[in-house]
Amino acid sequence: MAIETVTPARTLRVLAIAAVVTGAVAVLTPLFGSTYIDLGRAFRGELPDAQIFFGVRWPRTLVALLSGGALSLAGVLFQALLRDPLATPYTLGVSSGASLGAVAAICLGLHTIAGLPALWVAALLGAGAILLIVLAVSAEGRRISSFTLLLAGVTINSVVMSVIMLLHNLASVGQSFAIVHWLMGNIDQVDAATLAWMAAIILPVSAGICLMARQWNLMAVGEDWAATRGASPHRLLLIGYLAGSLLTAVVTAVTGPIGFVGLVVPHALRLRLGSDHRLLMPASFLLGASFLAICDTLARTVLAMEIPVSVVTALVGGPFFIALLRSRRRSLWL
Amino acid sequence: MSVRYELSGAGMSYGAAEVVRNVTLTFDRPQMVALTGPNGAGKSTLLGIMSGLRPGFTGSCRLNGREITAWKRRDFAREVALVPQSLKLDFPFTAEQVVLMGRTPYAGGMFESPEDWAAVERAMDVTDTLEFRARDFRALSGGERQRVVLASALAQEPRALLLDEPTTFLDLQHQLTIYQLLRKLSQEGMLVIAVTHDLNLAAAFSDRVVAMKKGQVEADADPCEALTTDRIRSIFGVEAEWLKRSGGKSWIAYGD
Repeated sequence: MAIETVTPARTLRVLAIAAVVTGAVAVLTPLFGSTYIDLGRAFRGELPDAQIFFGVRWPRTLVALLSGGALSLAGVLFQALLRDPLATPYTLGVSSGASLGAVAAICLGLHTIAGLPALWVAALLGAGAILLIVLAVSAEGRRISSFTLLLAGVTINSVVMSVIMLLHNLASVGQSFAIVHWLMGNIDQVDAATLAWMAAIILPVSAGICLMARQWNLMAVGEDWAATRGASPHRLLLIGYLAGSLLTAVVTAVTGPIGFVGLVVPHALRLRLGSDHRLLMPASFLLGASFLAICDTLARTVLAMEIPVSVVTALVGGPFFIALLRSRRRSLWL
Repeated sequence: MSVRYELSGAGMSYGAAEVVRNVTLTFDRPQMVALTGPNGAGKSTLLGIMSGLRPGFTGSCRLNGREITAWKRRDFAREVALVPQSLKLDFPFTAEQVVLMGRTPYAGGMFESPEDWAAVERAMDVTDTLEFRARDFRALSGGERQRVVLASALAQEPRALLLDEPTTFLDLQHQLTIYQLLRKLSQEGMLVIAVTHDLNLAAAFSDRVVAMKKGQVEADADPCEALTTDRIRSIFGVEAEWLKRSGGKSWIAYGD
């Protein structure tokens, strides 16, 4: 199978299709739910359709879109930086850091920190702390290599996960329920301010990452390869790690850890589009956004009660990934 | 103007092991240089120093009068290209995409300009790689991969080309075509420095042979002078003999 060359025309064509899909998902998924609503009535501002569409379901769809896009893009980025097809946004410990922060806030019974939701703030603080620890451990002077970054990240991730288990073990029954709920990953109702904050961080950071696609191509081949083609691998590794972690931390703080999006979407697209990040990255953002929004719609509609979205992504993503692993043995395609 | 490399007292240690010691060399004209020596002689490390990948070296290594650590990487990559010993990819890039990456030092935007594409065509044409341009790099044979990597370095349009054992995986025919190509490039104004273990290829194609042993330069001269039987014995520890063929070509036979 030949992979087509990435030209401006092809990039435009593929991204236009991806954008149309994402747009359709954004408009159509809020229509599904326990109460029937009519799109026309909603857009004419008639109640209660407009209230349900714009006030309740639409913000939730937007959170799912932003989260799915950010997680997929962070997945592509970490896979390229670590040259590890199995890397995910969670490989380097940022999301466990966020979880630890959130779990600590639950155990301490905090509700607000400085007027903001405690879970949010604690998760971001936790993610930031782990990020700094991983950087401090893996940096050798001003240099940093993807291999030490990977080892440091994976190790610290495991340590943090066991601290979370310890806290969980010590928690009361009520707290334990809240912890489990958080760790399962959920897209809940968010207020407009939170949504605005997410968009204000995720959109520019993602655009910046996509604009550096040619550098990520070089890094996906190797650090010496990048260095002899005019790039600085240490700087790119640092920028990529910080940008990917920022995306992951913002999403995880709001939704908790949602698995498989950052692994499955990049791989599926790499199989179709090849590895050129100029096409792969924006396509992953758009279609990762659609994937999570669809999974979230399934999560709140298939059963009478709502199920955690990470259950849906894992049920869809898990079998897909196993098939991928099996085909990896047989073909050259990853 | 050709490139000018001046190494003076260059050295490199990994921990306690000093792998390159007090190397002083000048390359000041386009020529084909064979860099040879037994395993562990420091050839690859020397190439690493010269290509800017070993910033921790001691002594001095200047390109066109400027210390290579002071060069901007992008400017440096337009002057010097490196062909590594082998390249392993974890992701599905096509041969053409690998070659296209050689144009990154010239990138003005997100996509390649017509000049970039012209350079890629030329590089793939001379390395005989056009026929599998759309194939997954990982599906190519070792020799095909090596030629694609060479094409990527040529797409950089460098004035100095450093190669680490460029023909290890190549069949005889491609070994010869690649060495003929390298020789032609050097005659057209490029400084070509190739690490090789094949003394016959070195003798047949290069203008100058630099032989290293235990991190130091043991010989630096034209092939006949650098590869005398005495030198081959002291550097490589093998007996060898120069044989002359009737056509005037000579080659080195090993063993007693």
